[in-house]
Amino acid sequence: MQDLKSEQSRNGANHFENVACPFCGILCDDLEIGPSATGLKVLKNGCPKSVAGFERPLVEANPQIDGKDVPLDEAVALAAKLIRESRLPIFGGLGTDIDGMRAIMKIAERGGGVVDHALSEAQYRNFRVLQSSGWVLTTLTEARNRADLFIIAGSDIHEIHPRFFERVVCNEASMFSDAPPKRTVVFLGEGLDQSAVTGKRIGEIVNLPCKADRIGEILDAMRAMRKGATITGDTIGGLPRAAVEDLLARCNAATYGVIAWAAASLAFPNADLTVQAMSEFLKEINTTSRFAGLTLGGDEGSPTAGSVCAWQSGFPLRVSFANGKPEYDSERYDMMRMLAAKESDLLLWLASFTPDLSPPDTDVPMIVLGTPGIKLSRTPKIYIPVGTPGIDHAGIIIRVDTVVSLPLRKLRKSKLPRAADVIASIEAAL
Amino acid sequence: MLTKLTGGKVYDPENGIDGEVRDIFIENGRIVSPSPNARVDHEYPLHGRVVMAGGIDPHTHIGGGKVTIARMLMPEDHIGHEVAGTELTRPGVGHAIPSTLTAGYRYAEMGYTAAFEPAMLPSNARQAHMELGDTPIVDKGAFVMLGSDDYFLRQLAGKSDFSAIKDYIAWTMHAAQAIAVKVVNPGGISAFKFNQRKLDLDEKHAYYGVTPRDIILTLARGVQELGVVHPIHIHGCNLGVPGGVETTLATIKGSEGLPIHLTHIQFHSYGTEGDMKFSSGATRVAEAVNANKNVSIDVGQVMFGQTCTASGDTMRQFVNTRSADPKKWVVMDIECDAGCGVLPFKYRDKSYVNALQWAIGLELFLLVNDPWRLFLTTDHPNGGPFTCYPHLIRLLMDKTFRQEMMRTINQDALKWSTLASLDREYTLYEIAIMTRAGPARSLGLKDRGHLGVGASADITVYDDNPDREAMFATPELLFKNGELIVRNGKIVKVVNGATHVARPAYDASIEKPLKAYFDDYLTMRMENFRLPDDEIIDRGRGSIVIQPTGARAS
Repeated sequence: MQDLKSEQSRNGANHFENVACPFCGILCDDLEIGPSATGLKVLKNGCPKSVAGFERPLVEANPQIDGKDVPLDEAVALAAKLIRESRLPIFGGLGTDIDGMRAIMKIAERGGGVVDHALSEAQYRNFRVLQSSGWVLTTLTEARNRADLFIIAGSDIHEIHPRFFERVVCNEASMFSDAPPKRTVVFLGEGLDQSAVTGKRIGEIVNLPCKADRIGEILDAMRAMRKGATITGDTIGGLPRAAVEDLLARCNAATYGVIAWAAASLAFPNADLTVQAMSEFLKEINTTSRFAGLTLGGDEGSPTAGSVCAWQSGFPLRVSFANGKPEYDSERYDMMRMLAAKESDLLLWLASFTPDLSPPDTDVPMIVLGTPGIKLSRTPKIYIPVGTPGIDHAGIIIRVDTVVSLPLRKLRKSKLPRAADVIASIEAAL
Repeated sequence: MLTKLTGGKVYDPENGIDGEVRDIFIENGRIVSPSPNARVDHEYPLHGRVVMAGGIDPHTHIGGGKVTIARMLMPEDHIGHEVAGTELTRPGVGHAIPSTLTAGYRYAEMGYTAAFEPAMLPSNARQAHMELGDTPIVDKGAFVMLGSDDYFLRQLAGKSDFSAIKDYIAWTMHAAQAIAVKVVNPGGISAFKFNQRKLDLDEKHAYYGVTPRDIILTLARGVQELGVVHPIHIHGCNLGVPGGVETTLATIKGSEGLPIHLTHIQFHSYGTEGDMKFSSGATRVAEAVNANKNVSIDVGQVMFGQTCTASGDTMRQFVNTRSADPKKWVVMDIECDAGCGVLPFKYRDKSYVNALQWAIGLELFLLVNDPWRLFLTTDHPNGGPFTCYPHLIRLLMDKTFRQEMMRTINQDALKWSTLASLDREYTLYEIAIMTRAGPARSLGLKDRGHLGVGASADITVYDDNPDREAMFATPELLFKNGELIVRNGKIVKVVNGATHVARPAYDASIEKPLKAYFDDYLTMRMENFRLPDDEIIDRGRGSIVIQPTGARAS
């Protein structure tokens, strides 16, 4: 297969089109990136997150032990020794690409450790529902072309995905009509940024400012009403009853409705029950019309980590290889709980996308494989700088809908190693 | 290095060898015919043993998004089925939906050397190949799903030039690295997105106005004229519907002599007789298959126990959610491309419906005459896990055993099936056709599935145990590309299998309208959609075998 001209760099090196961006979960892949005085510049289709990610200057930091520069070999050898001597190491963070995650699985198996992603708590609000009752979902392209009603549930989607509304909600072209109908966008929740919901496609914007932890109640009430129950009382979940009835009427009238949420935003106790309430409403309404959920978020490679772990071990993270076999317990092998309870004596933390994916503040000895500039609250035992997939080296990453995966490209000359290679050399030295 | 397998009873149907005692020579991964005085470096005495080519599973859901959704959905499938790693193998899990590594090891331990994922969504092709890349030892390949994707439906509804449709089919096979094309509930996955709940063979898609018959014929003709060896792989309309047999017969009748493969036909062979309005249509289906040489099938045998079904057929899976056991399920609309429905299922031998499904599958095996057009599958994991194959082979080869099993199931179900009256027992030669030579020929794997000179030395050696289940469950030896991989059911070496693809010709100008389509409507660029060879080769994790295609007709 021949490469199109557009794939080749032009104006010399460092000019790329159709670049996929790994700095949030929706992986826009229409970016144009070129050189700047200090590194890379997003020339087209950027957003605050991609600009921050791609334009971060290259710092080819050195590996360190106790804060002092050392050769890579020395850091690798000590990392292997620490893992070998650990009773129960945790392989966490896991902001990485497919190959990084594959390498993590191998070293966790050989090192007898636990695997968990930094954002698992959010992912598990969804996984628990998947594992107990399931749902009806859709994906970005399907929603972009098909939906006439979007319900944005308790999640500040514009903050999480600065181009979501532009690409999926406000798009003018639609596959199924030359004059596609206007869309209704319902913001179910408080303080959600609506500024990006503009343009010809947008009909009504409906504001239903409820507390996020009452969304479940509202969806449960709507499901009950659909099944013929009478609900008394002036308010439902803090909203006037008439507003909820109106929302249900809009849902019933929709040709293809979408409820979008980012599990990370539903940051309150037992938020999986809110996801479940939305999912059960979706199941119910699909008995007569079409409606689907759209899970958003998925920052820092979390869909990649969950998927690779699931296809290789059978379980979506929170799995331990301490006894040689994959042992799964989504409570027991919650990395943050284990660290707080001092159940582990070593943390290997991998964060190769943003410097913001900091390891937890723990006195458990730490090996950090991080992007240069990673924010650390204390000096780790070992620090090994690694490259960012999609900038310093090529890779593959899975989108938040866990259907599409995208190739990430090497955009600049960099001495920063691939996390996968560093982990493989640690594993080889075990 | 020259290796000699001495004195085994060889079953090699592609070369017409039926149990003859023969020696087989291996050099550089291939079967060779050495000069008489060549020095043999290593010899395996195989006197009394049965020798076949490595098994080939032409329809098994082992890689891709819906399988990983199933894995995530069903931790209870894995708990109690965890496997520790060894010096050679890595840990894994699973009963019905094993992890990728475990699936590869289990296929090898069962004497199989190739497995084909039959339902790769174009939009999910990259992940499907990554999962297959993590499936060791066996060769693999994938069938790309078309027929409910909006690009194809727009072409068909817009009465596009047929050669443009063929260009699109061929382009998609290249872009997704496929060896064949599959259609699932033709048009139905898309129709479900428009809230249609059923789509019969001649029913119009609510938006596009085309029918499943139009879609099947277009794809069947397209695939044939592109020179792709495997015919269009059809998961028909009305899966699991009592009375669905009529659709199946109409599909065969309507195929106009074009080559078609009807997959997991057991699920499409249900009649409506009896108090339960559910009966076997196997006799009629088998008659039609016997009479129409353009048709090949695989069975999709149901095996009793817990499994998890994973299908692209959202329209039918949504209906089936009522029977989900345990009660949890996922239905997903995907990327203006396809969809998936994943739901756990428990087949019970005392259930009238499940027992009859089991009987219908066996009837089909026993009533279809030509094993070259009939492949042994359970539609893993939909009818049951592939690890049931040895048990299924015994059911086919051993009438006494079959009758014993029949006594344990729901007896009313047997009244609506002819199974009790069938005496046929499969021979080893026929099993070798159904599990090796037939799938290889049908998929166009020119150097696989046989033991002739030049073939890849993928060879299984069995103890000739009268308990055929025991025999096929634990081969004594398995060679992959001439290397000894399994000895007495235990893995002694791990290798990476190849990915088989087919690359029919297309006019590159198809990328112009495709690029516009991607840019206007999709959320992924065409340039990123195409899966380059490097991603499969992936620093030695995989390799690609391009199987020949015939010349393109116009």
